[in-house]
Amino acid sequence: MSLIKSTKKAASARLAPGGKNGISRDESRDPIGYAVAALNSFAQSDLIDKLGLRKTSEKVVYEATRGGFLAVGAASRQFAKAGKRGAAGKRPASAQPRGVFDLTPTEDEQMLVDVVTDFATEVLAPAAAEANDACAAPKEILQASLEIGIPILGVPEDLGGISGERSAMAGALVHEALAKGDMGLAVAALAPGAVATAISLWGTDVQQSTYLPAFTGDDVPAAALALTEPQPLFDPLAPLTKAVRKADGYVLTGVKSAVVRGAEAEVFVVGADLDGKPALFIIESATAGVKVEADPSMGVRAAGLTKLHLNGVEVGAEALLGDTEGKDYTECVRLSRLAWCALAVGTAQAVLDYTIKYANERIAFGEPISHRQAVAFMIADIAIEVQGMRLVTYKAASRAARGADFTREVALARRLCTDKGMKIGLDGVQVLGGHGFTKEHPVERWYRDLRAIGLMEGAVLV
Amino acid sequence: MINLEAPKKHAALIDQAHQVAMNMLRPISRKYDLAEHEYPKELDMLAAMIDGLDSSGASEGAGATGVRRDADSDDKTVKNGANLASVMSVAEMCWGDVGLLLTMPRQGLGNSAIASVANDEQLARFKGTWAAMAITEPGTGSDSANIITTAIKDGDEYVLNGEKIFVTSGERADSVVVWATLDKKLGRAAIKSFVVTKGTPGMKVERLEHKLGIRASDTAVITFTDCRVPAANLLGSPEVDVKAGFAGAMATFDNTRPLVAAMAVGVARASLDLIRDLLTEAGQDIDYDKPTYRQSAAVAKFLQLEADYEAAQLLTMQAAWMADNRKANSTEASMAKAKAGRMCSDVTLSCVELAGTFGYSEAELLEKWSRDSKILDIFEGTQQIQLLVVARRLLGLSSAELK
Repeated sequence: MSLIKSTKKAASARLAPGGKNGISRDESRDPIGYAVAALNSFAQSDLIDKLGLRKTSEKVVYEATRGGFLAVGAASRQFAKAGKRGAAGKRPASAQPRGVFDLTPTEDEQMLVDVVTDFATEVLAPAAAEANDACAAPKEILQASLEIGIPILGVPEDLGGISGERSAMAGALVHEALAKGDMGLAVAALAPGAVATAISLWGTDVQQSTYLPAFTGDDVPAAALALTEPQPLFDPLAPLTKAVRKADGYVLTGVKSAVVRGAEAEVFVVGADLDGKPALFIIESATAGVKVEADPSMGVRAAGLTKLHLNGVEVGAEALLGDTEGKDYTECVRLSRLAWCALAVGTAQAVLDYTIKYANERIAFGEPISHRQAVAFMIADIAIEVQGMRLVTYKAASRAARGADFTREVALARRLCTDKGMKIGLDGVQVLGGHGFTKEHPVERWYRDLRAIGLMEGAVLV
Repeated sequence: MINLEAPKKHAALIDQAHQVAMNMLRPISRKYDLAEHEYPKELDMLAAMIDGLDSSGASEGAGATGVRRDADSDDKTVKNGANLASVMSVAEMCWGDVGLLLTMPRQGLGNSAIASVANDEQLARFKGTWAAMAITEPGTGSDSANIITTAIKDGDEYVLNGEKIFVTSGERADSVVVWATLDKKLGRAAIKSFVVTKGTPGMKVERLEHKLGIRASDTAVITFTDCRVPAANLLGSPEVDVKAGFAGAMATFDNTRPLVAAMAVGVARASLDLIRDLLTEAGQDIDYDKPTYRQSAAVAKFLQLEADYEAAQLLTMQAAWMADNRKANSTEASMAKAKAGRMCSDVTLSCVELAGTFGYSEAELLEKWSRDSKILDIFEGTQQIQLLVVARRLLGLSSAELK
């Protein structure tokens, strides 16, 4: 029941060890091998070297729309229709419970976390400030995220991904580890995976066969899961975007917000009301009526947030993803909230690590400020609350992975991560005082990023 | 594999504790809150039942003595053992009544201390005793290293002199685990604990406190005047090891703090369960999917409280799980205690507010729980002491650096 299993039929050629370096095609990697391989390819990549030297990031696409004018959606590749009509898609199996309270990740999960943590520390964190300014993730970083398999984490082996079973737990761990580096870049890297995961979870055979090969191949398209709308008191279960049935499909009209890398996205999964129930639709960016507007926000800026305008967008009947009863849609909302909770945990942990170091180094009144209870207790509180957030999030994620109901758990995780996450963001800046308010330190960015928790829906998915 | 559900193997135990709490403790909860200092005789029957379950193995080692860390079984499999069983069942019992749990025969904090540090001979000799714990003195609260009760070796005995306050079950227990210093000059390393059995000449219960909450549990002032205790009743090593310092005595806290956190978890859940019922009755259904800002303020408040509860509960389980799996858990034990203590105060007091005068009245138990909860953020180390422990460990600071 291994999560990351490299089998002959499973991984795309890129992921299989054989066929190069004098290795037989019969060779397969065990989990250790997979992790080592990912680390290795990552370490060898000269992209990484470039990142260190890079003066101006490639922000081509985003720059084009940054002024706020409306651009038509990115020209999308041809997603050739494939698969058997009317056939249900493949589904990842649920993880099997042992009934033992346990906080130890599986060996596979741990190795995945180690690889992603290195990526977050070595690559995301150093690039975060510049990506924030550019409102875009550097191409090299996104390319590197593909090399470690980020987008196909939620895609089952049968469909060319790496997930042996339901991956919500591994997904949460990866989201957390990435956000420890930078939330904005994490979201940018994770966005295509959200769409691939959604299609894996709820797609028909046609939808899976049409879209997933693009995500499991070498040239992964930008893609976005768009559930939010720019409305005060927005309720994702009652979207204002409408889908109206017509003879051979649907017509969608409305505005979605917090659409990650919208300007370059080739395919969107969009939430819309259909006959009074929320439903998901797959929309290719080149479809007539699709327009993308830059929407730089307070934080999570490296994710290149945009608004997606749907003006009488006509799609075929096969665009409907999941059921029409709102069941799959609701699960999507929950899994996305779970992903945001995991991101909050990662960023909050970054705040903790940073404030510990700073408080021990910063001298005031002749001694480190950490020697004062007023400061030390704030840091203790951050540590307590971030661990609470982590455990509540893990509980929801492990239930989701087992196929158990996690409605309550994810709601509590979201409430906790919203409240405590923001408090941690506040206190992170406070510990640094005036220095924390400047861009010399990352705490002000974390403060802005942590405000996203509780209002974001969609974009990421475990 | 990450899994944060209550252990499957403890399901029967937890259910049992819940049934006892519901059917035995709740019916007498208000009675002994009002009749402070009256012995809850109903508990003798219950204690006998618990002893029976214990010897049959059905209790999974749960209870005050469940905190002992076994030296054996060092295989790599993840264990759900007596520490986890204890916090789970203690939480259930405190969902019933925390005051009554604290005065449960043979389940005293002294029993936890014995289980934590006694050698095998002592463990056998003190089996079945009901042991209270005496640390605090009139001039020494959180700074327990400064106790002035003395223990002077005289032949095969130690002679104890001093005054102890806030001794839970100090009047009812069979024995008291007393902290005393062998030599004040040697500092905290010289502090040892002694089992003093009731009736030992020189030991006297002076009076019982009248309290804000946990009124079913007696809290005694005990004096020791030339009180002679067998040398064999010293728990742990009699040597004053300055290097090891306070560690021996403090090790008890790593085990008992999760238990107190579990008490807070239990009391908080009692309040949450009742308020949810009351809210539902008032037409306020909790919707976990709908954004909180689209629901009533009462429901939003409930969700915030429940989220905080969940965090405290899982932190508590984590600390116990680490003990079961022989991982150092001082930080996590203090995190759990700090979080659960403040969570319980917020939850119980907020639930009274939500219920209005209905909750404020003695006709319901919400007001009682909001009084009982206060002590849980104080004993076994106040909120502030827990933060000190956590902060020192995170920041790598000594007690001289971070005072």
